[in-house]
Amino acid sequence: MALVTDQPPAPPAPLPTAARGRKLIPYWLLLPGILWLLVFFAAPLVYQASTSVQTGSLEEGFDVTWHFATYWDALTEYYPQFLRSVAYAATATALCLALGYPLAYLIAFKAGRWRNVLMILVIAPFFTSFLIRTLAWKTILSDGGPVVSALASLHVLDVTNALGVTEGHRVLATPLAVVCGLTYNFLPFMILPLYTSLERIDARLHEAAGDLYARPLTTFRKVTFPLSMPGVVAGTLLTFIPATGDYINAELLGSTDQKMIGNVIQSQFLRVLDYPTAAALSFILMAAILAMVTVYIRKSGTEDLV
Amino acid sequence: MTATPARQAVLSSRPVRWLRRNLVVLAGLATLAYLVLPNVVVTVFSFNKPNGRFNYEWQRFSTDAWTDPCGVADLCGSLSLSLQIAVWATVGATVLGTALAFALARYRFRARSSVSTLIFLPMAMPEVVMAASLATLFLNMGVTFGFWTILIAHITFCLSFVVTAVKARVMSMDPRLEQAAQDLYATPLQTFLRVTLPIAAPGIVAGALLSFALSFDDFIITNFNAGSTVTFPMFVWGSAQRGTPVQINVIGTAMFAVAVLCVLVGQLIGGRRKRS
Repeated sequence: MALVTDQPPAPPAPLPTAARGRKLIPYWLLLPGILWLLVFFAAPLVYQASTSVQTGSLEEGFDVTWHFATYWDALTEYYPQFLRSVAYAATATALCLALGYPLAYLIAFKAGRWRNVLMILVIAPFFTSFLIRTLAWKTILSDGGPVVSALASLHVLDVTNALGVTEGHRVLATPLAVVCGLTYNFLPFMILPLYTSLERIDARLHEAAGDLYARPLTTFRKVTFPLSMPGVVAGTLLTFIPATGDYINAELLGSTDQKMIGNVIQSQFLRVLDYPTAAALSFILMAAILAMVTVYIRKSGTEDLV
Repeated sequence: MTATPARQAVLSSRPVRWLRRNLVVLAGLATLAYLVLPNVVVTVFSFNKPNGRFNYEWQRFSTDAWTDPCGVADLCGSLSLSLQIAVWATVGATVLGTALAFALARYRFRARSSVSTLIFLPMAMPEVVMAASLATLFLNMGVTFGFWTILIAHITFCLSFVVTAVKARVMSMDPRLEQAAQDLYATPLQTFLRVTLPIAAPGIVAGALLSFALSFDDFIITNFNAGSTVTFPMFVWGSAQRGTPVQINVIGTAMFAVAVLCVLVGQLIGGRRKRS
């Protein structure tokens, strides 16, 4: 998807007929969009930065007092939600990769004439509002429903209880339900970039590896997987970033014990109306994600993503 | 190899060999089932007649909701509002984004890398951060929340996606095609309208479709910037608290059916064109 475009070829040299007026064309093209982003994307971030160091109340108004303690207070009070968000998002991303890779591989190499049908089936769920689909998980995971009964009789729930991700005979309102919802919601964002990079791999490379006596698993480990790395990196980013900030799955499928940082920001902003704390929390979240993403991109050695 | 003969026998027995050969296919199909299952539930439960206010448990078959899809107050109003916002957000984001994409793909200019970063950042940030910061701006400016604030928010987050979709397409275009057109005495405007634009069209259409889908289905940014205005996702969110009418499943199922139908018709037309 967006993140897997190749390194751009150098823009063509300006045509010899280029007059001075034509030199201004790119600036005219850029002007409206850049103005829009400056006013409605960059300026809000500046406003938010200033809000985060304000003190005051809704009645008396807020003033900038450079009250940096808000950051410290927000961190000490809500660090469990921060850690939980990162843990849930990381687990969901790992699950998306584990579940999405076989499907992307299947569509890219084994589907034959079913390729289009499978592709449609991956994208089609998008067309039903994701809130409705997330609510459907309430039915699927309902207490005493077929799924939960099956998991209980297969002793899967004993294992998850021991791990502390479910409680007794319930899946709803547990960490498992939230992670399951996150995995479900962001799975297509993993599958599409994986598919894009797998589809580009020349199938003859597999044959060549086989001719050189590589076993299927070795072929996968040494040829297929390394070549699909751009898709893996793009997919994990497209899954991890939105999953960390998500509050819908925690709200609909979890209980108060599964609140993520998004839930805190939402309630501070829309219910408690404590704008400085909400602003400080969003800044910490943004900084944490940008830091993690930068490190991850460096480590995975694909810096030409954008 | 340290495998015992017994283990060797099990590993090479017929069902196990079949399983090993088709492991990827089976795992892929299991994932597909996981993806499609909620849609099946949504469809089945659109024919439910629940006892209480919530449509989470199967009671008995009924087509009541299908015969009266707008029978719940505000439901169809929110749906039409969402459609209007999605259309205008698509138009706005596509126009602004296409211009940005052309500038980035075809020209050298100063501050190129800062411009790229500015366009990339909205996508690299969780929605909730963007939502809260934009709402802070509107609050500080004393703007009344409603249709316009939602529209502005949607154009802002769709913009970057349009740029990436269009840019990828324009980048892969052969610049010699335009030079050829000019060699054949086409004016710059003619070259743009008859050569450049048709080649870039699939990218623009992809960006527009993506914007429409993102805007129509957006909840987080809308939740922060809507005030008391209710879009369709906001309606569904509210009903998760107050009671879920069967009608939202009907709308969900209908949207799914219409979309799949459009894709199938598109495939058929595309297939026929290829053959002729």
